[in-house]
Amino acid sequence: MLWIPCPTCGRRPVEEYRFGGELRGVPDRITDPIERDVDYVWMFDNVAGVTTERWFHQAGCRRWLTVRRDTTTDTVLG
Amino acid sequence: MNEFVERRLTLRWQQAKRAYDVVIVGGGGHGLATAYYLAARHGITNVAVVEAGYIGAGNSGRNTTIIRANYGIPEAVRFYQHSLELYQTLEDELDCWMMYTTKGIIWLAHTETAMRAERARSLLNLACGAETVMLTPQEVKALCPQLDLSGGGRYPVLGASYHPAAATARHDRVVWAYAQGAMRLGVHVLQHTRVTGLLRDGARVTGVETSAGPISAGQVLSAVGGNVSTLAAYADVRLPIRTHPLQAFVTNDYEQAFQPILSDTELLCYVSQTERGQMLIGAEFDAQPSYSLKSSFSFLQSSAAKAMHLLPFLRNLRVLRQWTGICDISADFSPILGETGVEGFLVTTGWGTWGFKAIPAGGELMAELIASGRTPPLLEPFRLDRFASDQTMADPGSTGTH
Ligand SMILES: Cc1cc2nc3c(=O)[nH]c(=O)nc-3n(C[C@H](O)[C@H](O)[C@H](O)COP(=O)(O)OP(=O)(O)OC[C@H]3O[C@@H](n4cnc5c(N)ncnc54)[C@H](O)[C@@H]3O)c2cc1C
Ligand SMILES: [Zn+2]
Repeated sequence: MLWIPCPTCGRRPVEEYRFGGELRGVPDRITDPIERDVDYVWMFDNVAGVTTERWFHQAGCRRWLTVRRDTTTDTVLG
Repeated sequence: MNEFVERRLTLRWQQAKRAYDVVIVGGGGHGLATAYYLAARHGITNVAVVEAGYIGAGNSGRNTTIIRANYGIPEAVRFYQHSLELYQTLEDELDCWMMYTTKGIIWLAHTETAMRAERARSLLNLACGAETVMLTPQEVKALCPQLDLSGGGRYPVLGASYHPAAATARHDRVVWAYAQGAMRLGVHVLQHTRVTGLLRDGARVTGVETSAGPISAGQVLSAVGGNVSTLAAYADVRLPIRTHPLQAFVTNDYEQAFQPILSDTELLCYVSQTERGQMLIGAEFDAQPSYSLKSSFSFLQSSAAKAMHLLPFLRNLRVLRQWTGICDISADFSPILGETGVEGFLVTTGWGTWGFKAIPAGGELMAELIASGRTPPLLEPFRLDRFASDQTMADPGSTGTH
């Protein structure tokens, strides 16, 4: 099971949190402004590896936190 | 004796050639069905299916095998109805027994809101050629005597929508049957060969880099299930896909027959009985994206609790096995098929937690697109460029679980 460390509440099980999405930018190679908007709204990096994400500690302190997670093992780093 | 006599499969494994007209990455149902229809319907046999593990190692060998067409938007109902009809004659077409069994699916509703949604679904289904009718609680009970209509006192059943054509089929037989059908016509299926990159000529994709060396191809189709973002990134193609795990479990044998597929629109769990008599239970996909095949106790706990509200007899059974697949879930909960904007590179993805039922139609129509260069009308709504043109096919209420 996935455990996520919260700066306020300590190490808590994933069920207490809500996933808030990966932090990502639009790739520089996309230059057309409309295409950049489409990418921003719809596309995901969805990497198999380490991602940086936002999580909301819904059943805890109700604050947002930034988490680095390895999606191949579903474990939080650091 | 059973009217179907099992025949031995004839799978002729071949050595990889240096070049093919079409290379399909991923030996799941969609990849193998596309290869079969390319050969059978279009005479394109210089085709390889490149599979990292063994065929059916992905979601096509891990799913709960529900086949149905009771979707929530016209484009989807028509597509899945076509697929269901192809399934109904597939055992004859491929000359293979797949344990295709029509069971009917009951979608329970516990609130007026859910009843309204199911009434709308049944009317839409009827209008688009898929039979779905509304049932009273007593009619539900007649079809599924084991059901507790009070939902354990917490989830009283107000009614249900019922889709009588819903069926199940043995998943790995479907995979093997398409593999055999394709290989008999000359398609090469290369197991234990992982695609690690794409060959490019400028922007164009001209083949695949594999663990067994490069293979060039006129066209490359990605049919890699949950791994699609990695493959697409080799071609600089961006996709509105997130990979989420979906779990399921089976119990030991239940000594009575449990005929229908029982699904719950609000609890988001579903139950059916396997040919062996085990009770097969599934529920929602995991909330965070992940490529991990680890199963979780929390899934077992929550899905078992939900199912027991509806079917109290489950309390007396034991959990036999639990497993996970990683699902390619699109931003609008509809599949994404066809061209990607990069010449020579196509995708069949977004099958998420519901793409087993789509294998025949997905394969047939994808093959038509590859062979003719034109998108068949049933696939038109599911093109990737729908996201850029604001024509998304949102159907979350029909797809979340199976
Ligand atoms: C628990 C569970 C229950 C489900 N229940 C249902 C259901 O009841 N009804 C329904 O319709 N659908 C269901 N589904 C969804 C369904 O299983 C999938 O949508 C469908 O099987 C997808 O088929 P596919 O061929 O696209 O992908 P897959 O079957 O996943 O095949 C992809 C293949 O690509 C291979 N691959 C990946 N990367 C590479 C690479 N780099 N090189 C070479 N090969 C590679 C993999 O090894 C795999 O064999 C369920 C899924 C799960 C996990
Ligand atoms: Zn907290």
